[in-house]
Amino acid sequence: MLEIKNLHASVDDKAILNGIDLTIGAGEVHAVMGPNGSGKSTLGGVLSGRPGYTITDGSVTFNGQDLLDMEPEERAVAGLFLGFQYPVEIPGVSNAYFMKAAVNAWRAARGEPEIDAMGFLSDIRKAMEAMELPTDMIHRGVNEGFSGGEKKRNEIVQMLLLKPALAILDETDSGLDIDALKLVSQGINALRSAERSFVLITHYQRLLDYVKPDHVHVLAGGRIVRSGDEELARELEARGYGWVTGEAA
Amino acid sequence: MATSTEELRDWIKTRKYEAGFVTDLESDTLPPGLDEEIIRFISAKKNEPEWLLEWRLNAYKVWQDRHEPQWAHLQIPDIDYKAISYYSAPKSMADMPKSLDEVDPKLLETYEKLGIPLEEQKRLAGVAMDYVFDSVSVHTTFREKLADAGVVFCSISEAVQTHPELVRKYLGTVVPARDNFFAGLNSAVFTDGSFVYIPKGVKCPMELSTYFRINEMNTGQFERTLIIADEGSEVSYLEGCTAPQRDENQLHAAVVELIALDNAKIKYSTVQNWYPGDEDGRGGIYNFVTKRGDCRGRNSHIAWTQVETGSAITWKYPSCVLRGDNSIGEFYSVAVTNNHQQADTGTKMIHLGRNTRSTIVSKGIAAGQSDQSYRGLVRVSPKAEGARNHTQCDSLLIGPKCGAHTFPYSEVRHPSAILEHEATTSRIGEDQLFYCRSRGMSEEDAVSMIVNGFCKDVFRELPMEFAVEAGKLLAVSLEGAVG
Repeated sequence: MLEIKNLHASVDDKAILNGIDLTIGAGEVHAVMGPNGSGKSTLGGVLSGRPGYTITDGSVTFNGQDLLDMEPEERAVAGLFLGFQYPVEIPGVSNAYFMKAAVNAWRAARGEPEIDAMGFLSDIRKAMEAMELPTDMIHRGVNEGFSGGEKKRNEIVQMLLLKPALAILDETDSGLDIDALKLVSQGINALRSAERSFVLITHYQRLLDYVKPDHVHVLAGGRIVRSGDEELARELEARGYGWVTGEAA
Repeated sequence: MATSTEELRDWIKTRKYEAGFVTDLESDTLPPGLDEEIIRFISAKKNEPEWLLEWRLNAYKVWQDRHEPQWAHLQIPDIDYKAISYYSAPKSMADMPKSLDEVDPKLLETYEKLGIPLEEQKRLAGVAMDYVFDSVSVHTTFREKLADAGVVFCSISEAVQTHPELVRKYLGTVVPARDNFFAGLNSAVFTDGSFVYIPKGVKCPMELSTYFRINEMNTGQFERTLIIADEGSEVSYLEGCTAPQRDENQLHAAVVELIALDNAKIKYSTVQNWYPGDEDGRGGIYNFVTKRGDCRGRNSHIAWTQVETGSAITWKYPSCVLRGDNSIGEFYSVAVTNNHQQADTGTKMIHLGRNTRSTIVSKGIAAGQSDQSYRGLVRVSPKAEGARNHTQCDSLLIGPKCGAHTFPYSEVRHPSAILEHEATTSRIGEDQLFYCRSRGMSEEDAVSMIVNGFCKDVFRELPMEFAVEAGKLLAVSLEGAVG
């Protein structure tokens, strides 16, 4: 589904990613872990097309397409979803309106007609309820005045509506209390299927107690320094990142 | 990777004016120039009574001693008032059309290009239309239905003939000729405009709507609108504008006077989309308008809502004089400027009566190299016990080359007054744009969505048809479409 080869990227001439190689197959869940500044969020940003990064080398193909050559909105409707570490507020634009526009953009790319208003309303209500967000939030401004945890759950609501082929969740677990973490995990697990893949970018192992990853990668200095299964995550939790990053140096 | 600010600028640059076309229509146009003879010609052409000619001539005298206002944050090129033609009527108007069939098909074609076909408008929403093409009203619909309710809705030229006593009683009582340079000029040479009278206790059965259109080369537009809501009456009036694309600058100096008597309510909404000039700032309309409402009676209420996207230069301050006790004035404004447009716009709320209240919500959006200012005055007179004002003034900047300024003035002469002022300036964030794009929306759609969200507080004050038009102007369907 996603094939990253020798990916190098920089911000303001400062190299952040220094040769990432990663292959993600359909139906797989990959956790990308690593200390602050290791390049985790940059990886998510580069894959989703966030402005501000310069790709200096390497390639990324997504279902056979050259991902790096696509606009952010093209990547989105091709099935790539980014769950934001810091979801953005858009005052005056209702959550429902925003999400409906997104759903319709994805449908248009598939050649489908716009979703009917009643059907959409029912979908969004279900997704909000699953994330235990009050349904009046569908009429509030996008993320406007939401708490940190509500914003993160609102990201999962969008993921549930869009049903992406590949979801990259950038520290969706940070700042969540244990109940919210369980809800978010349930949302992810509900979407897991043989056709759908996930990249979970996270600091902590605790999300992985609820969402079992197929592969765990440790990022340090802009490279993957260690890959393994969920056992690796547990070892990291017990021994700290120094254990692998020191080893890499 | 290109920055999205650059892409955004490109998009804004290529947003072309869609109503740019000129209808070829022979006109009965005066040669350029202005003197007493021209004024006598206009008055005679319109078969006006002697008192109105005298009123015009007096205004002309007053105007000659005055100068253009210099205080606005605008750069206005020199205007040669002698190079302007002060009268133009489409030739086919020599005989007034009795029905649509008699209207020049080219006129109808023009309206269709604008997306306002008469037949459609007739069918939709029961909106009565008083079309103004250049300076002469060509068609009025729904007259009978309004007449049944006792509502007078016609061109002001017609009202001078049919209701001279009303025109004489109220004309110039809100905006006198000496008020300012442009109002003086308008009073001397106004050619047409709308007249509305709502009798006592009548709620106007439909929204009244006028579409203005500027057409002749070098023809100044001097519309005069007078709306009177008698005791206990209510009316909602819609004004929408668009103009053909051309290189000549065109002056527009309208005057709108609203009078609300005891317990009356007037809601006046404008969507203004005149040609703003090209990308390099050539051409475009100069819009120097004086709009003022007089809450003359107790418990009267006047609300201005405007969506201003057009004109090269805008100088406009729809205001309320809160004379009657407990009267209410409101001003809701969205102003969008792009490329080289300049706008200095805002409002005045003059509190004279006791327990008068006013609300100001101004949303300014500046893009390209445009420059816009909000200028607002809240004045509380020594007798205006218990006056209240709330002002909310927000600016949104798109790109690094535009400017937004806020000039709030307060003059408070009563200790009981309560005034609140909130102001913000923000930029469309790259993070907002990227958030929308990462969900599959194009950058263009994302900008429209963010801007519409920003304007929501004003759009919801608009009547439904206008809200749709305003949304179209900002190229996105409105909030609340879901559910």
